Amino acid sequence: MGIAVEGARKRFGDFQALDDVSIDVPDGSLTALLGPSGSGKSTLLRAIAGLETLDAGQVVINGQDATKTPAQKREVGFVFQHYAAFKHMTVFGNVAFGLKIRKWDKAKISARVHELLQLVQLDGLAERYPDQLSGGQRQRMALARALAVEPQVLLLDEPFGALDAKVRKDLRTWLRRLHDEMHVTTIFVTHDQEEAMDVAEQLVVMNEGRVEQSGSADDLYDHPANEFVMSFVGEVNRLGEHFVRPHDMTVGLDRDDGAEEAMVQRIVALGFEIRVEFVLGDGTEVWAQLTRAELQKLELREGQIVYLRPGQTKSFSGDVPPPEGGGASTPRHPDGGDDAEVSAAA
Amino acid sequence: MSTPTPAKWGLRTLAFGYLGLLLLAPVGMIFYKTFEHGLGPPIEAMTSPDALHAIWLTLLMVAVAVPLNTVFGVGCALLLVRHKWKGNAVLDGIINLPFAISPIVVGLSLFLLYGTDGWFGPTLSEWGIQVLFSTPGMILASVFVSLPFVVRETVPVLQEIGTEQEQAASTLGANAWQTFWRVTLPAIRWGVAYGVVLTTARVLGEFGAVTIVSGSISGETETLPLFVAKAFEQFNEEAAYAGAIVLALLALTTLLLMSVGGRKAKAQGGPIPITGDAAISTSTTKEGS
Amino acid sequence: MEGHPATLTTNAPPRAGIRLPGLGVGLGRGLVVLYLSLMVMLPLAAVVAESTSGGLGAFWDSVTGAQSMAALKLTVICSLIVVAINAVFGTIIAWVLVRDEFPGKGAVNALIDLPFALPTIVAGLTLLTLYGSDSPFGLDIAFTRVAIVVALCFITLPFVTRAVQPLLMEMDQQMEEAATSLGAGGFTVFRRIIFPNLLPGILAGVLLAFARALGEYGSLILISGNIPFDTEVSSVFIRSQIESGNVAGASAVSVVLLAISLTLLIAVSLFARMGARR
Repeated sequence: MGIAVEGARKRFGDFQALDDVSIDVPDGSLTALLGPSGSGKSTLLRAIAGLETLDAGQVVINGQDATKTPAQKREVGFVFQHYAAFKHMTVFGNVAFGLKIRKWDKAKISARVHELLQLVQLDGLAERYPDQLSGGQRQRMALARALAVEPQVLLLDEPFGALDAKVRKDLRTWLRRLHDEMHVTTIFVTHDQEEAMDVAEQLVVMNEGRVEQSGSADDLYDHPANEFVMSFVGEVNRLGEHFVRPHDMTVGLDRDDGAEEAMVQRIVALGFEIRVEFVLGDGTEVWAQLTRAELQKLELREGQIVYLRPGQTKSFSGDVPPPEGGGASTPRHPDGGDDAEVSAAA
Repeated sequence: MSTPTPAKWGLRTLAFGYLGLLLLAPVGMIFYKTFEHGLGPPIEAMTSPDALHAIWLTLLMVAVAVPLNTVFGVGCALLLVRHKWKGNAVLDGIINLPFAISPIVVGLSLFLLYGTDGWFGPTLSEWGIQVLFSTPGMILASVFVSLPFVVRETVPVLQEIGTEQEQAASTLGANAWQTFWRVTLPAIRWGVAYGVVLTTARVLGEFGAVTIVSGSISGETETLPLFVAKAFEQFNEEAAYAGAIVLALLALTTLLLMSVGGRKAKAQGGPIPITGDAAISTSTTKEGS
Repeated sequence: MEGHPATLTTNAPPRAGIRLPGLGVGLGRGLVVLYLSLMVMLPLAAVVAESTSGGLGAFWDSVTGAQSMAALKLTVICSLIVVAINAVFGTIIAWVLVRDEFPGKGAVNALIDLPFALPTIVAGLTLLTLYGSDSPFGLDIAFTRVAIVVALCFITLPFVTRAVQPLLMEMDQQMEEAATSLGAGGFTVFRRIIFPNLLPGILAGVLLAFARALGEYGSLILISGNIPFDTEVSSVFIRSQIESGNVAGASAVSVVLLAISLTLLIAVSLFARMGARR
């Protein structure tokens, strides 16, 4: 059950949007497709909805092969980044659209629409036109419209992408709660790793038309399958062949074996968190994430010479087996893992 | 930019002077001429049997040519915008042709096809169908000259609305036909309406092409523009002016509808269609406000 | 939209099979081609065929006959004068409509379209009333070449204005302010900054106006007098040839007009493509 995509390929002219992609979305789960733009995540979502036909591969929805089924018969709810509101219809008309197509009778439609508008907190705005709504309200209307027909799966394409930061945060929380209540299998596309980690139970990281890794947020953060996943899911410094998270950098004032000499270049206070930028002897620039208390203890000044000790580092060059929990379906670099040369942790 | 005031006034004077002398004064003059001796004479001239028939025939042209070109225009615009095809550039060029062809040449071409020595004329007349010097020929001429307007005005609006609303409709279970009637057509309605107004104006006023294919027989194949020309040539100025006024009033109504339609299309978020023939170059441009 | 290169072009391909209702795309395309063939291409083919029905020699003789050449020359020269006048005034009017503020601007803007809406025969009649023998100004230009120029100015007035207006509206005024801050005077700003940016619009408008002027008929027959070798334009000449039974001759001159129009249309669409690419 749930959604399964097997060996999906899609090409637009010279551009390979999907290159042998397979994913597995458990029934009732909330999954994020995460990746930079051009990674194929939207194409994959649209292929699941039937809005894009695959060159090769298979889409299975709740055990049924839907590869050849047209969008109108797939029973999916789709929410577009730019809402795709029917501008000439009221909010009521928008939400009722799918029900009218299904020839429900008027009383039933009215009851169902109002139930959904209540759910998305737009109850008083039924007679408004999309033009008269804010972005967040329009997106909630689009969601109600998609849910009205009781879809088997709910697909959201960058649903919060066009909204400002505050509204986006509220809607995330709200989507999470909505999913907890409805338990409809949900996939949403985002390029924002924080958003993906905040909302989803399972993440699928995509890049250049391929799945790099999938798993829970913790899996991806702690056991990234490769350099791409490590740098896409969280911040990263590169030290030669090694990668280290900025919060895994220990700053010392005394010369120490295994520590790198560095000069403090800039100290940026971002509230509780402090970003300290260094330049190493060979010119490499790295940064460390410190707390305010740590900074005060060290009394760092710009231009000061300090000694950096990277904590947990990783390298992805060796033929190391994939980390447990990093069960990527089609990992591009199946290598990667905890570095053997980790120096003593701070 | 801070243009110095004298320059601004100079430009204003030039612009208003040119518009006044070229557009306003002549049109004002014809109103004055028509109603010089009160309302009686023009009303009398317009209620003569020939005049009434001319009005009726003109409206018949509109009633046939406009729906034909509207259905064709919307369908053709859908094809051009939504279905990529190598032949689209050629189709696009052919659709623009009537804008650049002299109406007289249009008339001549129909004459050559449907005349007594024409390609189809003899066969059709054997079947008892008279095209030239009768209503069908005049309809063909009207269709030809007004063919591009709906396509031209619909294409940019269709491009502007994109396909997301249609995709949304299909994920909600609508089939192609339902999507077209419930989503696409309502979304492009102002662009289509604008094209329909332009088509109507062109059909109402067409003279050159119709003059060749109609034979201008009073009370039979005479549209209002032909009526005006003939009345003037026969020194029946009262009837000519009265007919011209009827056409001018229709033109002013068209202008009103055009400026309303243009504003609505703009409010709809579509690129503003440019009036009339200029539309050829303007799938990327917007109208002034 | 993950940067599918295809969506970057204006004629974006359909995503998800949209959608000529009910009909297959092929059937729809067939109907469109059929309609265009019956309504436009077949009639024009008849003209081309007829023009060479007496052989290429007869075609050439028809076109280069004295009366035909006189008409063609008059048509082209008048059209050139007219588009030059309207290039200047059309641009000025566009400027006033975009950059100036005055009461009744909306009405004036709507008025620009009057020549598109007004039947050409009415246009000719109104001009004759004002500038004919009964002219209240005592300006009798009826049956002269000046009358042809005036009538053509009237019917082609909107083209340049409507092509320049959008360019002027989209033009970044900071460009002019930058030029001014660099010490350019008003005229220099116009010549070096504004004019080059408006040029594509002016040219497109001029080409369309020229094509329209070449074929104009309705507004000229009452006011030009149609005197051969003096005020007879090509369209009127074609009409007279049809009436005197010389259909092949009429077709030959028609083909010349057609060829010029086609060339202009192609030029305009090239301009439009260049403009879109900029």
